[in-house]
Amino acid sequence: MRRLIFILPALTLVALIVVFPAVETVRGGLWSWDGLEMTEFAGFENYAELFGSRSFINPARFPTRIPPWGALVHNLVWVVVFIPLTALLGLFLAVLFREVKGGSMLKSMIFLGMVVPLVVGGMMIRFMFDGRAGIVNALLRTVGLDSLARTWTAYPDTALPSVILGSVWIWTGFAMIIYSAGLELIPKDLYESASVDGASTWRTFRRITIPMVKPATLIVVIMNLIYVLRIFDIVYVATRGGPGGASTVLALQGYFYAFQYHEFGMASAVFTFLTIMAAAISVFLVRRVR
Amino acid sequence: MMRKPRIILYAVAWLIGLLWVLPFLGVFVSSLRPFREVVDGWWRLEEFTLTLDAFIRAWNHPSAPVGPALLNSVYIAVPATLLTIMFASLAAYAFARFKFRLKSPLFFLLILIMAMPGQSIIIPLFAYMVDLGLLDTRLGLILVHTAWGIPWAVLFLRNFFLSVPIDLEESARVDGASDLTVFRRIVLPIALPAIVSIAVLQFVWVWNDFLFALILIQSPGKKVITQTIPMIQGRFDIPWSVLSAASVLSMIVPLLIFVFLQRYYIKGVMAGAIKG
Repeated sequence: MRRLIFILPALTLVALIVVFPAVETVRGGLWSWDGLEMTEFAGFENYAELFGSRSFINPARFPTRIPPWGALVHNLVWVVVFIPLTALLGLFLAVLFREVKGGSMLKSMIFLGMVVPLVVGGMMIRFMFDGRAGIVNALLRTVGLDSLARTWTAYPDTALPSVILGSVWIWTGFAMIIYSAGLELIPKDLYESASVDGASTWRTFRRITIPMVKPATLIVVIMNLIYVLRIFDIVYVATRGGPGGASTVLALQGYFYAFQYHEFGMASAVFTFLTIMAAAISVFLVRRVR
Repeated sequence: MMRKPRIILYAVAWLIGLLWVLPFLGVFVSSLRPFREVVDGWWRLEEFTLTLDAFIRAWNHPSAPVGPALLNSVYIAVPATLLTIMFASLAAYAFARFKFRLKSPLFFLLILIMAMPGQSIIIPLFAYMVDLGLLDTRLGLILVHTAWGIPWAVLFLRNFFLSVPIDLEESARVDGASDLTVFRRIVLPIALPAIVSIAVLQFVWVWNDFLFALILIQSPGKKVITQTIPMIQGRFDIPWSVLSAASVLSMIVPLLIFVFLQRYYIKGVMAGAIKG
């Protein structure tokens, strides 16, 4: 009984501040609200309204016209672009930096983005993609791509790409250090026998490195999926989801529903959706921990 | 295994590294130069003035003063880190060493929470904080950060405890030491490196958090550092120098922690990812 002292404080706090509110969010998605009060059970009305809303999915614009495509679609675009890009870049950098002296210094430089507040990351995205003051546009002009040089965060067709690419810049450090650790686990003799067989660098990479870092890839994909569910700070600061919702994401859209439009039912529905996605992902996590 | 000339490899690696930190360099340079010199590109050197003006203006910003905000962030992050360590280390020890009912479902719950975005809880949290009178109080935000940090810290420390041989604890128990004594005298000292990892990561996470602070803290005098950055806006132009100075000030603490405690930091990130 005295052993309860060990778990009770932690569990109480987590139950009151995390579990109970999470359950309430799910319940809130099924009720009509008046201000901050749930008034009556509404079934799936909030969800019907949400799925019919253009800020959630916009079939009139996706995929034939430029964004806004709706927050859900934007998150999916994020998954499709951000996850493969960070994984490939992370693996590439991990392999490259293992081969050069000062590799750990270089790794720290790439990792910096993971250490600083994401609001600063968002500010930097805005800064580097700015039409006048931004380094990205200066580089684009230098290589003759003047047509692409402008304030990316201010145009509906480039706002989403700018926050996604900026996020890749911030977040690749994570994939890189996971892959770096994964590479250390590959037995050296595998590479030795490959080089005895005269295998090319590319072939060795494809046949040995990629299959051997599969566990690392799984971690990178899972953790980055979790990250994509959470994207908020960066977009809030870089574009506020704009222009005209062209770069909004679920977490931000839900925030606007709740704290700008005071539509707490809709917001709860969005957040429940995110929670269910997180629960699905956590099933994979559990398998890893056990 | 690489047969390409080394020199190319080095050049490519360092070129990528330098390109990668270019935006950081831009922010540092812009924070030290006047607006008119950076608005057409911080890399231009036709005119070059070094000044701390932007820092002074960010520090005393009329609507988003960075100086007090830094202190407010300390007031939140220090207690939220200490409380998390206290609660999580106790619970983690129980998960590693004791048998109790509902252990596996509780364990699953902790993992589920780790995957959840903060958005899963903010609406009811906001409502309850209003009811409890904890909205716009430091205590409210500290408690939320503590609870939010516990699941991850418990899993991390549990894995650490499981990797420690149990012999020492058992012989102490044979000598009549209570669970709490064993925990305090034997387990905690051994776990110190793991606890440092947790402290480092939790502190940086709380410091960097924007969402919970945005929802729960409203008084201008209590706002934390991450809240001030989106509030720094110009009337016509974006004040890049002042914004950069504010960003630099907000980054200093996490950057110093990363530079000096990198080993613990990376260990925490890795363990958080690999072991769960």
